[in-house]
Amino acid sequence: MKTEAFKDESRHRFLLNMGPQHPATHGVLRLVLEMDGEYVVHLDPVLGYGHRMHEKMAEARPWPSFLPNTARMDYLAALPYNHGYVCLIEKLAGVEVPRRAECIRVATSELNRVASHLLWLGAFLLDLGAFTPILYGFDDREQILDILEDITGSRLTYSYFRVGGVYRDVDDRFVENTRVFIKRMRKRLDIYNKLVTDNIIFIKRTEGIGVISPEMARRYGVTGANLRGSGIAYDIRKTEPYSIYPELDFEIPVGSRGDCFDRYLVRIKEIEQSLRIIEQALDMLPEGEFRGKAPKKIKLPPRAASFAVEAARGELVYFMVGQDSDVPYRLKVRVPSYANLSLIAELCQGMLIADLVSVMGSLDLVIPEIDR
Amino acid sequence: MDTAFLPPELLRMLIAALFVVTVVFVNALFMVYAERKIAGHIQRRPGPYEVGWHGILQTLVDGIKLMTKELVIPRDANRMLFRVAPLLAFTPVVMPFLVLPFSENLTIIDMNIGLIFILAMASLNVMAILVAGWSSNNKYGLFGAMRSVAQNIAYEIPILLSLLSVVLITNSFSMRTIVEAQISGLWFCLLQPLAFIIYLIAALAETNRAPFDMPEAESELTAGFHTEYSGMGFGLFFLGEYTNMFIVSSVAVAVFLGGWSGLPLPMDAWTGAFWFLLKVYILMFIMIWVRWTYPRVRFDQLMNLSWKYLIPFALLNLIVTAVIVKL
Amino acid sequence: MSGYFSDLYHGTKSLLVGLGVTFKEMLKPTVTVHYPRETLTITPNYRGHIELVSDEKTGGSLCITCGMCARACPSACISIHSEKPEGSKKKILTGFELDFTRCSLCGICVESCPTDAIAYSQEYNLAGYSREEFHMDLLGRLGKGGGSLT
Repeated sequence: MKTEAFKDESRHRFLLNMGPQHPATHGVLRLVLEMDGEYVVHLDPVLGYGHRMHEKMAEARPWPSFLPNTARMDYLAALPYNHGYVCLIEKLAGVEVPRRAECIRVATSELNRVASHLLWLGAFLLDLGAFTPILYGFDDREQILDILEDITGSRLTYSYFRVGGVYRDVDDRFVENTRVFIKRMRKRLDIYNKLVTDNIIFIKRTEGIGVISPEMARRYGVTGANLRGSGIAYDIRKTEPYSIYPELDFEIPVGSRGDCFDRYLVRIKEIEQSLRIIEQALDMLPEGEFRGKAPKKIKLPPRAASFAVEAARGELVYFMVGQDSDVPYRLKVRVPSYANLSLIAELCQGMLIADLVSVMGSLDLVIPEIDR
Repeated sequence: MDTAFLPPELLRMLIAALFVVTVVFVNALFMVYAERKIAGHIQRRPGPYEVGWHGILQTLVDGIKLMTKELVIPRDANRMLFRVAPLLAFTPVVMPFLVLPFSENLTIIDMNIGLIFILAMASLNVMAILVAGWSSNNKYGLFGAMRSVAQNIAYEIPILLSLLSVVLITNSFSMRTIVEAQISGLWFCLLQPLAFIIYLIAALAETNRAPFDMPEAESELTAGFHTEYSGMGFGLFFLGEYTNMFIVSSVAVAVFLGGWSGLPLPMDAWTGAFWFLLKVYILMFIMIWVRWTYPRVRFDQLMNLSWKYLIPFALLNLIVTAVIVKL
Repeated sequence: MSGYFSDLYHGTKSLLVGLGVTFKEMLKPTVTVHYPRETLTITPNYRGHIELVSDEKTGGSLCITCGMCARACPSACISIHSEKPEGSKKKILTGFELDFTRCSLCGICVESCPTDAIAYSQEYNLAGYSREEFHMDLLGRLGKGGGSLT
């Protein structure tokens, strides 16, 4: 932080600490803002308030014991995190996954994605000063959590996927409840569109604000809806498909301008697409094993491997180096939010503080995922 | 009763003061409860529910909690101004009660400059917010204060212009005359629909209510000008806000919605006051409803709305009214 | 200039539609549950803290003290005490403690158990005044239906 700038009285700049306990910096992010009136001249994100050494923990314990940790990085969409991890182990050990398990994985992951987007929607609108959408979002999200609780046994940090399949089979009730939810959610999207998407105040607060150009997005490694909002149709589910995604029929919504409004629209459309994916996965759910035969003890071979999945916030990569033991030598997690946050310093220069809040909200950051 | 000890005029003032304080507190208690209940139901939850029947005593208990809390003064704050600011916020919002025409008989004083008196008092509110934000030596507080000043100045103009177009018709600033003009003729919300709408929007901004709650935009400025206030210091600001809502709604009712006029009811003496309060609370319900529906506008958009939309339309309306009245 | 008036028209319309949405929602019944008075039925699949399963024949525990669960636990919150009585080939369980303050409810212990001696509890109302209340003696709770804590 450039303290000299503040000694010069004629410049009338001052430091403003936003966070770690500020209503708009969800989680524990701290932004050190250099302000000129209400304009942000310079911005420094300060991280580390929620650091729990997840990567180090992975190096100190057998790989199955790390599975619960994966759910605790991004607690809003824990299943894709489980998914990436078990897929990586399956890739290293060459484990076959039964088709039923794949369908369950995709359906539950997508449900989780919808839940995460709903919470984001509420939190974003809360940042913009609308108090009501977050509770509507929670109402819908609660239905998803009930469905997921029924099959996984917990509501947030699921640890549901296992190497070779999933931890518990789904039943007809799950299929039925999910279909009921999909129907309900389609109706509810209409309410969100009326209440939020068309609202003139909302449009004025987000249109043309925080424009991320495709070039800038590439430079910072932005992924997920933030990248797709800038018009680049990059989604791991399409570009590097895993599981049963290649067989599914869904679209990658993209924006055109890369502003907050586009990022919002992309996520709303993603909810629709996720509902489509869930429907298809349920339709093709075959009878059979939900958990394949995985060897009891898997020794991680002494080579490097990585696996990428599309988490709710973007590209999530697990990179693991084995050491011929069940304890990995190194596990690196590439989390989407870190790259998504890194551009904020450049993006928000010269911005009003109110716009900064709206950009922060639109990026959909989960800080514990960055700190891990 | 021997009135030599208390001259009638003094007795009258005492009763009036007591009445005003009662109305202020009861209104705030009721409104906070109503706001939380309505907000709850809009969000599909019941709101306060635990203290008393359906949480009816919740605000009372909250008030007691606020009164018993310590008033913490930040170390580098200007101690005197920091203490004065809540009082400054509270006093001017009580004064307009003097001229509000609750019913034909229930008016404390009928000043011939009633409307101007209310506007003058309402504009003092800015002072309090500025002092509060500045004296607490908090950057968020200062932001809130600065925003508030700019906002209130920008929105006093459309309020004044929209009220002036009514005054042009009635030829009087007296609240009683304005109401009586509507009883004999049409309500001014029908004669002056544009002025009425402009007044409502500007009134929302004037009271710092969402979607114009810039000075206390909590996702941007934590709590804005009252970030550092605790206990009753905060309580007085709160009380001031709800009283202010009551005042602007009352003015809207008196000027645009026919004041105390309404269908006759059995209790003749109270009919006027009943209709007046009913209309006031309907307007306040709308203010609450709006708050829980919209996102907050940005600061420069707020200014744009005033300077680009409200003021030109209000001016236009004023000119048209002036021409028609002259004809 | 045309943008000026279309903004005004569409803006006003969208605002009124928004008010309509919230008004309709306001008239609908609430969706919340008055928690301490009303509770939701918890799903039978709920993963609470673990509980020892009692053997229907003997009423004792099914645990054979192999220690698989303690080894599988990522947070090392299970400790098993056993002893081998004179003349017996089998070890018997003398203590099974769960340090619930560290448990992350992952369920790996339940999966690793070869005799299905551990099951999830349905209890979710967990609150206490001290840390020690969550150092649970599961063997002591066995057969009591897993009522109150310790």
